[in-house]
Amino acid sequence: MVSGETIHRQTLAELAQGLSAGEFTSRELTEILLRRIESHQESYNAFITITAEIALQQADKADKSRANGDGGYLNGLPIAHKDLFCTKGVLTTCGSRMLQNFVSPYDATVVEKMASAGAVMLGKTNMDEFAMGSSNETSYFGPVMNPWNTSLSPGGSSGGSAAAVAGRLVPVATGTDTGGSIRQPAAMTGTTGIKPTYGRVSRFGMVAFASSLDQGGVIARSAEDAAMVLEVISGHDRRDSTSIDHPVPRYVDGLSRGIKGLKVGIVRQHFDEGLDESCAGAINLALNTLSESGAKIVEVDLPHIDLSVPAYYVVAPAECSSNLSRFDGVRFGHRATKPQDLHDLYSRTRGEAFGAEVKRRIMTGTYVLSSGYYDAYYLKAQKVRQLISQDFVNAFSEVDLIAGPTTPNTAFSLGEKTDDPITMYLNDIYTIGPNLAGLPGISIPCGLVGGLPVGLQLVGPHFAEETILACAYQYQQLTDWHRLEPGVAS
Amino acid sequence: MTSRWEVVIGLEIHTQLSTKSKIFSGAATVYGSETNTQACIIDLGYPGILPVLNAEVVRMAVKFGLAVNAAIAPLSVFARKNYFYPDLPKGYQISQYELPIVEHGELFIRTDDGTEKRIGITRAHLEEDAGKSIHKGFGKSSGIDLNRAGTPLLEIVSEPDLRSAKEAVAYMRKIHSIVRYLEISDGNMQEGSFRCDANVSVRVRGEKKLGTRTELKNLNSFRFVEKAINFEVQRQIDVVEEGGQIVQETRLYDSDNDETRPMRSKEEANDYRYFPDPDLLPVEIDGSFIETVRKTLPELPDAKQQRFADEYGLKAVDAEILTMNKPVADYFEAVAIKTTAKPQIAANWVIGELSAHLNKEDVDIQNSRIGVDELVHLLDRITDNTISGKIGKDIFEAMWLGEGSVDEIIKARGLKQITDDSEIAAVIDRVLQVNTLQVADYKAGKDKLFGYFVGQVMKETSGKANPTQVNQILKEKLT
Repeated sequence: MVSGETIHRQTLAELAQGLSAGEFTSRELTEILLRRIESHQESYNAFITITAEIALQQADKADKSRANGDGGYLNGLPIAHKDLFCTKGVLTTCGSRMLQNFVSPYDATVVEKMASAGAVMLGKTNMDEFAMGSSNETSYFGPVMNPWNTSLSPGGSSGGSAAAVAGRLVPVATGTDTGGSIRQPAAMTGTTGIKPTYGRVSRFGMVAFASSLDQGGVIARSAEDAAMVLEVISGHDRRDSTSIDHPVPRYVDGLSRGIKGLKVGIVRQHFDEGLDESCAGAINLALNTLSESGAKIVEVDLPHIDLSVPAYYVVAPAECSSNLSRFDGVRFGHRATKPQDLHDLYSRTRGEAFGAEVKRRIMTGTYVLSSGYYDAYYLKAQKVRQLISQDFVNAFSEVDLIAGPTTPNTAFSLGEKTDDPITMYLNDIYTIGPNLAGLPGISIPCGLVGGLPVGLQLVGPHFAEETILACAYQYQQLTDWHRLEPGVAS
Repeated sequence: MTSRWEVVIGLEIHTQLSTKSKIFSGAATVYGSETNTQACIIDLGYPGILPVLNAEVVRMAVKFGLAVNAAIAPLSVFARKNYFYPDLPKGYQISQYELPIVEHGELFIRTDDGTEKRIGITRAHLEEDAGKSIHKGFGKSSGIDLNRAGTPLLEIVSEPDLRSAKEAVAYMRKIHSIVRYLEISDGNMQEGSFRCDANVSVRVRGEKKLGTRTELKNLNSFRFVEKAINFEVQRQIDVVEEGGQIVQETRLYDSDNDETRPMRSKEEANDYRYFPDPDLLPVEIDGSFIETVRKTLPELPDAKQQRFADEYGLKAVDAEILTMNKPVADYFEAVAIKTTAKPQIAANWVIGELSAHLNKEDVDIQNSRIGVDELVHLLDRITDNTISGKIGKDIFEAMWLGEGSVDEIIKARGLKQITDDSEIAAVIDRVLQVNTLQVADYKAGKDKLFGYFVGQVMKETSGKANPTQVNQILKEKLT
């Protein structure tokens, strides 16, 4: 009994119930969503690879196991992976010409965990090249269009995942967040995006951009859905030395604990001139809602937070310049034709296959690590990073969460900021701090400005995902912003 | 040749640690496997892979640190050394830079004049090896074998305390001996498990400032270390004496022509852009771990040498030779304990006959054709006067050739020593009878002829007469 008209509107939790109740099969659901993905591919360009065949196999397997009375936590539920999670036998492009033909010989831990929980992979989503960008315009496979208005950017770098979820092509999708790449697109597409604590989700098989900042997470339509998926992908992984051996709570069970007495901090700098006034209004209204539910709003100080963007744009490029050295045309990925010698092989392979933003960051990173500049840039940035981390530690001795805007403005036009990297970088001004400090953060929709979603960011101390999710869930019990669909999405 | 000149040398020794799997992956480390069969996706530097430290290498590095009386860093950090080369899959080598695991160690070598000299060990750090580029057989291209990529290395850096090629070799031998005693490396130089770079400079004796140094790369035998350094020292002296200046550069030793040559000039401006590897946590080592490792330390060469000298009364130089190599020391000690011969006699045999035979056939003592028990038996027969030492050497040779046991050979060849006084006296009588002239001369004061008589007796008995008895009886008869 499938209603093709509306099934795509259901959240992951609702779909899970429908599958359990036998209202529809995973195969039926999968077929409907695959058709939707196909029909919206031109307008959104949210996917780089659609894995219909694999999806149908996984759906059939899920239906079979359900009939036998077993199956994982996400059995038969459709998902998509950002295209920098390695998927065995399937293209993993990272949005780059460098890897346009790269078929991974192995699965990322996140991919493995989702598959063994029974999730059905519909495809791999578009993204900024190697996750470097805030608008999804650096993708070699073309920009992603924001389902709220296809002349706008969905944000980035997990723009494909955000657009796919906002456009109701898939209920949830994985993302990665190095400086805001989950939360910023979530804010711009009216979706719920969580970046957990650094080390919570294994980075094994997640193609590295900046190793000390990269963290996998989820873009979903609600805090509840995000909790379901986060629970599956979290946990210690022996293959990732930076993953942390810390028990994974049943996030879903903690959702309805309420926020009475919760101390929520706001940071003065977050409301300075950079923030769009209307967006500030929406954020303030959201804070009122939290307050009315029993949260106590207090001001906290993050004295060094203004230094987060400059510190980030030293540390992240430094790590990226080293991480991307392996793309040399020798073993995998793009290779220049008929190289004259080794130097020619390197320079043409990399010159041809990396885009402008990736090259800019490799060059910046190479520069800040060079002898004579290391102390002035890299080392200093690491010290600033320490100061920012300490600011957060101090703040969290006073409050349980910090709330504020996710981005300074709503979605911007495609092409608007591409010529001005600095303005583009400043779009992540509120999201970068938590990456530098390794903290968990979520962005949830909290209003519309000019018909476009505004994101509220909640940040907590290390391993406070439960608190963050409970607060987001409580807010979503009281508001309907997360249920709004893009007007063009029909 | 260097009287006016002082030579200053520091060595960087790369020791391959003998772990079963690689330093950051589970791939095997067996030498000589088929090309590119021992490299997993981690060694190949695939997108998304992460390194995981093999705990065994930490234990081995600590063991080495303790053996050279060094400080073990409570916190050491892996760093990335960034450079592009096809046999370096990730575009960076994971090594240790600012915070190595071992620092401030020392060891002692014996110099030419027999005195002991302390050599400082600046540091020892862990790192991964690169793969191998193969430049022959691929036309204008090169082949890459990544079997070696990710093999664990301990790089041991000395202070510039070495003053001659000989000292450098003595130091290198000592390190070689230590890592093998510790069983952290097989030290196999042919397979590249133990190789070194030498930093060499010269200065006028008395000068405080160091001269400009050159680095000699990839010296993989003791002989090459000595020859390369000697060549380089002479080259530098020649350059300076002719009014030239030494260029700081990396040079390769060409063993075919016995000379060093500068490497390609592109080496000049290498900026490795070291930074801490964000994929690996700092290595934290606490006191209890260090104590646990300390308990596993074997008796080390220096201690064993001292003990051999004290316990067995060996000459210092012999004790040193015997303890250089643990299997040799073990062999000697087993013989010394079991035999009735004096330990120094056992030492002489191990250092002399046995070593000569082993060297000639390039066999390890563990695979010696004459085992401990066989040598013990031989020495016992010498001690109990069944045979003389000289005959013993012939028997040793026969045993080596597989002609049977000591007793079998003695019997088969009739080599049993003659120890019967009357039998020896009879031979002496015969000798004196046919040498009446010489006897007269001897009695007239030509003492030297005594040796002649002994020789004649030995000749008569094919060397089987007991020399002590021959001397004694001969003396009696001649007085």
